Amino acid sequence: MGAQLRIYRQKIKSAQTTKKITRAMELISASRIQKAQTRMNSAAPYTKALTRAVTAVAVGSNVDHPLTTQTETPRRAAVVVFTSDRGLAGAFSSQVLRETGELGEKLKSEGKEVVYYLVGRKAVSYFAFRQRKWERDWIGGTDRPEVETAQEISDAVIEHFLKSYDEGGADEIHLVYNRFVNLVSQVPSALRLLPLEVVEAEADAEIPTGHDVLPLYEFEPHGFEVLDKLLPVFIENRIFAAMLSSAAAEHAARQKAMKSATDNADKLIQNYTRLANNARQSEITQQISEIVGGADALVSAK
Amino acid sequence: MSTSTLEVHVVAADREVWAGQATMLVARTTEGELGILPGHEPLLGVLSSGEVRIHTADNGVILAKADGGFLSVEHNTVMVVASQAELVV
Repeated sequence: MGAQLRIYRQKIKSAQTTKKITRAMELISASRIQKAQTRMNSAAPYTKALTRAVTAVAVGSNVDHPLTTQTETPRRAAVVVFTSDRGLAGAFSSQVLRETGELGEKLKSEGKEVVYYLVGRKAVSYFAFRQRKWERDWIGGTDRPEVETAQEISDAVIEHFLKSYDEGGADEIHLVYNRFVNLVSQVPSALRLLPLEVVEAEADAEIPTGHDVLPLYEFEPHGFEVLDKLLPVFIENRIFAAMLSSAAAEHAARQKAMKSATDNADKLIQNYTRLANNARQSEITQQISEIVGGADALVSAK
Repeated sequence: MSTSTLEVHVVAADREVWAGQATMLVARTTEGELGILPGHEPLLGVLSSGEVRIHTADNGVILAKADGGFLSVEHNTVMVVASQAELVV
């Protein structure tokens, strides 16, 4: 076998192996999207109940709460960034990091100091490589978020938010995550988590609140205490919702990326097969002409 | 008590734990134990630790654990919401 032909065969082999891997990853992601979507949907009743309750307290009782009070001149903002742990998901993590960069610039131009909370290994390595500082990170389980992680994150940011500026506290908390729109579209979005805007013109078109008028609730024990109890839970839920959405988006992005990788491998295999055929054919042609030439030489030598 | 029943939902952060009809629901809020019958006024209460007892429409009793959650009542619909709600068998 000719050298050229052997090289082509090697390349075909390697493309086939790659294709097998990417194809498997594509199928795995496809099946995980389903699960992630189901989880998103089954979390909806909780979100709905919470949103409704918070709205009810906010509307029904005129109470101020530290978590809803805006500082007059915010000087420090914390940004929670949700990326993935693993790569091979196309622009999934980089588009969130780009969005984070833009938000950071914007906040800095407003004269705020920016501190970061990172979720997912990709964000951590991005920050570490650029030698940028971050407050705290959570690694592992971005493709299957747990309520406990959401709890930890929300406890951390609420604690940070409630500290005063001089103690290193933040005046604003922002979230940046990939919002799962549908299987082909994941939009990196930034939203301000704290201070909460009580006028529930919430940034969630995904969660339809009942349009009926809220009844006048009786609060037990007391409007403020109910709100005090509800708000942290509500914030935790927002974070969990962001994590679920980001997880579903991650799987969708990975499936898309792996699909194009598989298609690409297919194309490579096809091209190399053509070239290999060509090489084989020219080898055969050469051999024939060598035989014919040899025979001719023998005949004329007689 | 009229013929009406309560519609009860027990909801955890990641799923709906239980939903069904009930004749009565007993919960412990931070203020004390509280029974809810059909026709109760709208209420939002913070649950203290403890169980929620649901007397179902078919005369059964279901215990749900809803630590640190809350309870909302309106129009004969009761939502028991806790981040880690679960049924106690």
